[in-house]
Amino acid sequence: MFKYLFAKGDDIPRGTAAVYFGISSIIWFVIGTGLGSFNAAKLAFPDFVTGSEFFSFGHMRQVHVMAVIFGWISMAFAMAMMYITPALGNTKLWSEKLGVWNCFLWNVGLSLALCLLWAGISSGREYSDFPWFIDIYVLAFIGIPLGLNVWMTVIKRRTQGIYTTNWFFAGAVFMVWIVLFVGNLPEYFQLTGLTEAYLTWWFAHNVLGLWITPVAAAIAYYTVPKITGNPLYSHRIGHLHFWSVVVFYSTPAAHHLMSSPLPEWLKSFASVEGVLILVPAIAFVSNLILTMTGKWHYFVDNVETKFTMTGVLLAIPLNMQGGFQQTRAINWYIHGTGWIVAHAHLALLGFSTFLEASAVYYGLQTIMRRKLYSLALANFHFWFLLIGFCTYWISMTIAGLIQGAAKIYEVPYIDTVIAEHPYMIARWVGGTMVFTGNCVWLYNMWMTAREGTLIPEGRLPHELAYER
Amino acid sequence: MAFREYKIGARMFGLALGGSMMITLYMPSLDIVKVGSTEYGVRKSLSFGRVGGFSLEDPFLRGWSKPKTVLLKKDPRTGAAMDPTYAYVYEPGVRFTSSIPHPRILGVGVKDLSLEKGHINEAREAEGAVFLVQEGRYEGKKYPYIENATATRNWTPDVVLSSVKDSDIQKIGSGKIMFVREGCWWCHTLLPEETQDWQVFGAPPALGDFNSETPTAFGSDRKAPDLLHIGSRNSSREWMMMHFFNPRLVQPHSIMPRFDYLWGEKDASGNRIDYDKWRADYNAYTAGERVYPPDVPVPAQDSDARMLIDFILSLK
Repeated sequence: MFKYLFAKGDDIPRGTAAVYFGISSIIWFVIGTGLGSFNAAKLAFPDFVTGSEFFSFGHMRQVHVMAVIFGWISMAFAMAMMYITPALGNTKLWSEKLGVWNCFLWNVGLSLALCLLWAGISSGREYSDFPWFIDIYVLAFIGIPLGLNVWMTVIKRRTQGIYTTNWFFAGAVFMVWIVLFVGNLPEYFQLTGLTEAYLTWWFAHNVLGLWITPVAAAIAYYTVPKITGNPLYSHRIGHLHFWSVVVFYSTPAAHHLMSSPLPEWLKSFASVEGVLILVPAIAFVSNLILTMTGKWHYFVDNVETKFTMTGVLLAIPLNMQGGFQQTRAINWYIHGTGWIVAHAHLALLGFSTFLEASAVYYGLQTIMRRKLYSLALANFHFWFLLIGFCTYWISMTIAGLIQGAAKIYEVPYIDTVIAEHPYMIARWVGGTMVFTGNCVWLYNMWMTAREGTLIPEGRLPHELAYER
Repeated sequence: MAFREYKIGARMFGLALGGSMMITLYMPSLDIVKVGSTEYGVRKSLSFGRVGGFSLEDPFLRGWSKPKTVLLKKDPRTGAAMDPTYAYVYEPGVRFTSSIPHPRILGVGVKDLSLEKGHINEAREAEGAVFLVQEGRYEGKKYPYIENATATRNWTPDVVLSSVKDSDIQKIGSGKIMFVREGCWWCHTLLPEETQDWQVFGAPPALGDFNSETPTAFGSDRKAPDLLHIGSRNSSREWMMMHFFNPRLVQPHSIMPRFDYLWGEKDASGNRIDYDKWRADYNAYTAGERVYPPDVPVPAQDSDARMLIDFILSLK
């Protein structure tokens, strides 16, 4: 990586930035899920590792969250953008060198930021935990270079129109700039009180709604048609998805604070807009499912499609929960319980992770021109992710319902803790399975880069999956 | 090739996103700025200081540059007895909570009284200041307001601090830093919900309870009891001390981490704390080899544990 930082732009092979982002994202995924598994162990067994602030739950919880969001998810997105955007524009990446620097600064900045967070140096705002100078770094050296590369590649494209995936990529990198700036205004300008509380959740909501969800969906719009050979079922439904994300997903931030003293009109408005999240969700899922028509055997045969379509199908329970759990009728019961934790993992570990994994699997093979080292290990990874995630999701959903019941009947809190204990153990088992699967993935990808069978010119990796 | 420029799309996009931000950011802000601070909110923000998380005056979250909350039972100048009153003491150089330099945050009435009767605009960070919370009338309505006692009564920070015992000084602002740094808020919310929670966790906060406070640290994932009114439910410093040192001492089923490391090297009497011995004794106790658990050391005056306990007990 370092040798290309000061190389001439033309000397850097195409796809270098994407490969670096891809490998980095897998390493961060291993780190992030490892931390998650450790945290879960501490919730199940509080005296597991004790007596040091660096192994205290309160110091590690946010490091897990930020490592996964900024390391795994966002770097996998950057990886996808670095190879999909030029591929769909029938061109090369605008600046491979900027991409390499972007990846380098991203890794350096994120390592520093997570060390600070681990030491407890935090802004005390959930999801925008980084202190403000890190927020500025994230915007200046992570968000802007990435967006610039995507935008310039789209502008310099050699196709007439822009394909669905690239609208989402270009739209999302622009929206995430706004979210990163506006969401951190309380830290930059010392905004206080309810303004701070509301902007914290405005950030948290929109970083999911305008960054993670649309970019993950955009990956599916690329990989499914690319691998199955079916054209996207409907460009227009894609339009509906895009515009309804911008209009409906950007507005319900207040539903995260339904039981706080925010203006009532705002909470009602957010709740209604929150149900309308079903519009982009249904548009997305139905479009992809219809694109698969006649090619469902790929869901079984092809590991990338298996990942993609699992992600797409998990968007159904995700949005059914997401659309309705924030209405007043339901929110009062499950607010602040493990249900929400389960839902957040459904969004990030279920829906989006499976889509990102498909982009990284497919992209690394395509760019490195090397076939996957082991299909068996890839399937092992898939099943460990899926079973581990489901174990986590189901156990936390049950724990959440117990907490909800305990909350409304106002039983002594310690009884809730006791009742949740078995589910905390299940959560730890599930999280550890995910971590194990990711370690296998890292090994598999490393071996792919070193020893994977070379893919001949003109062939695609998935065509050769079962050839020796 | 004729490229599409997406002119209409780009404008539509600006309109959609701009409209969304207009409704969800600008319009609520109009409502939120109108909210006047409650007395509870005024007291809370004065005791917390400027920032409860990372700031340049406290970059390592050690509780630096935070005010002290002092319980006064006599006038610090004259020594005359007075009703117990909380004074918020900002020693020289300590950053004021935002509502002092920007009184607009306090809202109508509170702001006007604080400026006219409280003289908060005369407070200077370099010299320090002592603030009191009073009640007054503005345009026929009652409001709380902040009195700058340094200007109105010539109570300087050292005079006030030297007039009281250490047990009457609470490091609530530094304790909030500990609360944020140690991640207490990942499990303990500070937000009883409006729909239930009244009976056990107490009343939900009001609109004006947060003016000039940042971060609000409501918490979102409640794995442990809400703490907004914990000081009213349990005001025992000894219980808190044991619970922070090892929660299993007072609640065998607790999943809270041990915060014994907040005690630091030495206890209140200056003796070195032997953590290894303590843990060995505790393990012997849990194994049934000892009848009683080992004693929990009393935290030193300047320990993180003391600050955190001060903060927790202040949540009434």
